[in-house]
Amino acid sequence: MNVKNYVRFEFQSLPENISFARSCVAAFAAQLDCTLDDIEEIKLVVSEAVSNSIIHGYASNPHEKVVIAVSIMDDDTLEIIVEDYGVGIEDVEKAMEPTYSTDPSRMGLGFTFMKSFMDELEVVSKPGKGTTVKLKRNFAVANKEAYA
Amino acid sequence: MEGIIIFLQKIVIATVEGGDSQVDVEIKMVRNTLVIRVNGELDMVMAEKLKKEMEARLDEGEVKNLIVNLEKVTFIDSSGLGVIIAGYKKVMAANGRMYIVGAKPNVKRILILSGVSKLIPIYDTEQEVINL
Repeated sequence: MNVKNYVRFEFQSLPENISFARSCVAAFAAQLDCTLDDIEEIKLVVSEAVSNSIIHGYASNPHEKVVIAVSIMDDDTLEIIVEDYGVGIEDVEKAMEPTYSTDPSRMGLGFTFMKSFMDELEVVSKPGKGTTVKLKRNFAVANKEAYA
Repeated sequence: MEGIIIFLQKIVIATVEGGDSQVDVEIKMVRNTLVIRVNGELDMVMAEKLKKEMEARLDEGEVKNLIVNLEKVTFIDSSGLGVIIAGYKKVMAANGRMYIVGAKPNVKRILILSGVSKLIPIYDTEQEVINL
């Protein structure tokens, strides 16, 4: 599978940048044959992944860095990678359980939304090194029925 | 419905503004019902503002019921859902009632998918809640 188009950008780990990040990814993804609902779902999963990096990865330290790489493959698959260099996740499997959160004031639905709205979710994390979240969804016409 | 049948006196008791001078959170106390109108994208940034304002009012102990108006909310994520649930827990602990009104279809969809709509009834307008 070849990359047809891609963007890569990084930003300071400020909560104010979450909106910027999801808008950028959504604007880029709009090149695909996607509906308004699809765009909303893309915005949501990016918001969740970036919020996780800022809140959990960096414990809300605003002086760190989040990197996003978005690619459109030649089979109309959208791939979104959100990367931080924060504390990492001790137990990825546990973190991906619905309603699990290390912060009792949070709902623990971030990964649940990512799983629900994307075809593939891969989380690679090393404690003390950071976390990489890779999300994939195919927008080829033949696959759109799955989300209808 | 007890406590919010008569909307005779509406008093704006607080507004919180974003950087572009647009009012993000408008709070009104109507008898013993707190009405919160949110404007914009209910993500982590807005959720923090909303949580601060909402909890300050709820902790005063005079609020029985809570209406969160999402008519002008264009986006919500789990941070936004979290602050709504935090309000719900406080209101329920005080034996009150909570309602969400005016959610746009994309926002309503997330409220349904997350299960929030099973806990908190969603109505189209504040008037519908008043008429209960």
